Amino acid sequence: MGRESTIKINAVNLHKSFGGNNVLRGVNLEVREGESMVVIGGSGSGKTVLIKCIIGLVRPDEGEIYVDGLGISSLNERRMNEVRKKFGMLFQWGALFDSMTVWENVGFGLRYQKNLGTGEIKEIASEKLALVGLKNVEDLMPADLSGGMRKRVSLARAIAIEPEILLYDEPTTGIDPIMADAINELIIQMKEKLQVTSIAITHDMKSAYKIGDRIAMLYQGEIIEVGTPEEIKRSPNPIIQQFIEGKSEGPIKMVDPSLLIIPSRHTRHEER
Amino acid sequence: MQEVGVRSFPVVMITAAFTGMVLALQSFTGFKRFGAETMVGTVVALSVTRELGPVLTGLMVSGRVGSAMAAELGTMRVTEQIDALYTLATNPINYLIVPRFLATAIVLPILVIFADVIGILGGYLVSVQILGANPTFYTRRTWNYLEFNDLFSGLLKAFFFGMIIATISCYQGFSARGGAEGVGQATTKAVVLSSLAILISNYFITVLFF
Repeated sequence: MGRESTIKINAVNLHKSFGGNNVLRGVNLEVREGESMVVIGGSGSGKTVLIKCIIGLVRPDEGEIYVDGLGISSLNERRMNEVRKKFGMLFQWGALFDSMTVWENVGFGLRYQKNLGTGEIKEIASEKLALVGLKNVEDLMPADLSGGMRKRVSLARAIAIEPEILLYDEPTTGIDPIMADAINELIIQMKEKLQVTSIAITHDMKSAYKIGDRIAMLYQGEIIEVGTPEEIKRSPNPIIQQFIEGKSEGPIKMVDPSLLIIPSRHTRHEER
Repeated sequence: MQEVGVRSFPVVMITAAFTGMVLALQSFTGFKRFGAETMVGTVVALSVTRELGPVLTGLMVSGRVGSAMAAELGTMRVTEQIDALYTLATNPINYLIVPRFLATAIVLPILVIFADVIGILGGYLVSVQILGANPTFYTRRTWNYLEFNDLFSGLLKAFFFGMIIATISCYQGFSARGGAEGVGQATTKAVVLSSLAILISNYFITVLFF
């Protein structure tokens, strides 16, 4: 208790709308250095928008994001690029560059940032691929890889520049359960070996409990609760309980209940 | 540059050849009505270098290369590859668009030079072999009235058309949204808008010269 931790990323009062849709309505989130924060929430709750605000892909309408104390939402592109060098991001579907080989993808950040020779880049790429459990894939094209492999290559690409902060957009979604757990393990390893701060967004609760030091729930554009996995499991908030238990009934209305009433053949007979 | 130029070469050459040929045929038969059939060589040369070379090459390339660029960039956009570039501290405009822009602007005039030559040759073949014109007279007529400005205006047009194709197609691809349908729409718009822009700017550039 009371261990002083620096705040690595601080989102303050973020608002963002697209068209008439108010996606983020005053999001506040603090992520401490070295911690693994998991943001959970329903589909369309704004998790991806939040993570894109953090890395500057989306500018918030209101509010500010502080990375190592520096406010980023009004930086120009050049300065934003400098800040981005602290980040590595794993996209939901990998977002690998399909015109390049695996090693060219993994080494991409190195080529354009640190002026290394091709041979050296390929070596580092192999190293990072080994860290994510892949061998002999360097010369393949992304189209030749399975979904799980693509995610791992994408992770290798994100860590190649040895960033301080890793962002994971739905890391286990769309992957078979065994591979999903392998990815959970990788995320934990990244934290331990590389000492990164990480933010993962997911709706996979098993993954969230496993990889998160703290979990935050995004609901209707706001963070309604933050806590350790234990605290979240015991949360008295019915909204949280409905989500983590995965029940279709409860305060969160994803499906209009009146649509679920299907007229039975019995009643139709009566009408005749 | 290889993608834009070398791969477009066959399409452009076929277009140029047949255009030159039909131009000669039409001019001959048309001019014969008032006895001006000896002017065919000149007409072909001027038309091809000033107009048909640059414009038709531009349209063919816009269809071939413009659609490819829009599709490529559009696919990258909807699969988050462009976002990925940002996260790797790379400016996608410098990395993706500038090279395509330069390649197209440089290669199009080169293609048009070849197109001009083939077009004129096509006209020659039709006139001399099929319509029975005298080769010496025809050749002389072709070159006599051809001025530097004819060729130069054509090449300048090609340069602008190249820039137009690249700009419009890359922009469409870059702003594609919404999956495969978005990419398809971006591709179509790229070709249609580039073609229109070529035809419209063609008029204004011509006004500048003549």
